Amino acid sequence: MTTTAPWTGDEMLTIAASRAVADDDVCFVGIGQPSAACNLARLTHAPRITLIYESGTIRAQPTVLPLSIGDGELCSTALTTVSVPEFFRYWLQSGRITVGFLGAAQLDRFGNINTTVIGPYASPKVRLPGAGGAPDMAVSCQRIFIVMPHTSRGLVDRLAFITSLGHGEGGDARARLGIHTAGPAKVITDLCILEPDPVTRELTVTSLHPGVDRDSVTSATGWPVRFAGSLTETPAPSASELEVLRALRAATAKAHAAS
Amino acid sequence: MGAFRALAEAIRETVHDGDVVAMEGFTHLIPFAAGHEVIRQGRRDLTLVRMTPDVIYDQLIGAGCAAKLVFSWGGNPGVGSLHRLRDAVERGWPRPLALDEFSHGAMAAAYDAGAANVPFATIRTHAGSLADVNPHYRTVTCPFTGETLTAVPALRPDVTIIHAQKADHDGNVLISGIIGVQKEAALAARRVVVTVEEVVASFDGAGPNACILPRWTIEAIAVVPGGALPSYAFGYYARDNAFYQQWEEISRTREGFTAWIDEHVVQRGQTEAAASGSPA
Repeated sequence: MTTTAPWTGDEMLTIAASRAVADDDVCFVGIGQPSAACNLARLTHAPRITLIYESGTIRAQPTVLPLSIGDGELCSTALTTVSVPEFFRYWLQSGRITVGFLGAAQLDRFGNINTTVIGPYASPKVRLPGAGGAPDMAVSCQRIFIVMPHTSRGLVDRLAFITSLGHGEGGDARARLGIHTAGPAKVITDLCILEPDPVTRELTVTSLHPGVDRDSVTSATGWPVRFAGSLTETPAPSASELEVLRALRAATAKAHAAS
Repeated sequence: MGAFRALAEAIRETVHDGDVVAMEGFTHLIPFAAGHEVIRQGRRDLTLVRMTPDVIYDQLIGAGCAAKLVFSWGGNPGVGSLHRLRDAVERGWPRPLALDEFSHGAMAAAYDAGAANVPFATIRTHAGSLADVNPHYRTVTCPFTGETLTAVPALRPDVTIIHAQKADHDGNVLISGIIGVQKEAALAARRVVVTVEEVVASFDGAGPNACILPRWTIEAIAVVPGGALPSYAFGYYARDNAFYQQWEEISRTREGFTAWIDEHVVQRGQTEAAASGSPA
């Protein structure tokens, strides 16, 4: 990773993720980097994008990033707010959501996610928060984008616990379970973008962020990661992307410090 | 039904040792004041049910009220871990805590089934490992199409506790903003306790589709302004985000947690009860 780039790895991740969604997408948005990326898209190239938080707020348009999925800001700027059971059944399980944005504590080479435990379930070394709506999203959203920092502790070879299904053991594992949505279509980190191989569904590097070389990705990945033949370089953040993202982050920090 | 009570009385009449207790409110309208009263009354062996355990259940678990937790996401929203929940699960302090863990979609459907008086809910399978560790995940075959679906048992709490904005003089209750799963959790329960911000003459202006629980669905109402703090009440006060961030430090050690509960829940409750002239 270069140290001279005029942006941080987190900014590159957020901007690359924001470019992955479009005006006509209906996005299920998690808190943190997913929320930053989706709101950046809304404030730049996708002003009519529909952002939905699992608190049931449909087309939320927050002026600052929420600290939780149920902040009042989401409700007061939303087109409508529905109950949680209605949201999960009528809006998510029905297949109406085009993109689900997830973060992950641990991700394996097939895009399966663990946010439940490190160590044995009955006697965990670290108890993580658990599932939330992610398992439901992972099978019901038309496709899934995952955003996370790129470390060998986060991107691991195999998972002991799969909270949210990616491509299972690879290949046609999802179809064999009767699941017909696409699953993880992109993993966007602070180093690169990975996409599933068309046949094996193993996550493969398709784009390196500016200033990142193959070795730094390889050493930060917990499996012998492969690079696509058509490997490209992610376009650098534009001045306006950086400006809008930094203004959003500054407004967010100010709002939460004041409350 | 729909009877107004002092908070301590409402909790004493409805929450008993060993009960299955749901306190709902999806980030919004979390019934903190009522939860603190449960801690003050020293209830034990509760099965605590809540989609997002949040700081309120961290406090009840750390105070030793719970034997079991039924949940779908157990973190401090936007901050990180719930340290008291983790201490109970990882090290059994102050006592071991059994877990029944679901996804949000499964748990919301389970409340809905409870409210609808059917024994189980069906959802499309979300696969993964949860079904391996939670024996309540089963499968069912659709009698019409032959499809395999996931089934989870209905949630039927002994008592559901929620916080709402308004009650009218008859004891009907109005909830607005992020309504979460409160209506389903209330209608699934045998007994319902509601704390409210205020009592109003009527709900005029709330509109014909407002979320209202009629008085005859509610066991007891207590007027507790600020009863959702440090969470928020839409139209009344904002979320105390700074407190959620401070909880990270307060709850990190057993000693720090115990001192906080003693000062802010036990002693403050006694002071307020003395000031209001009602028995603590």
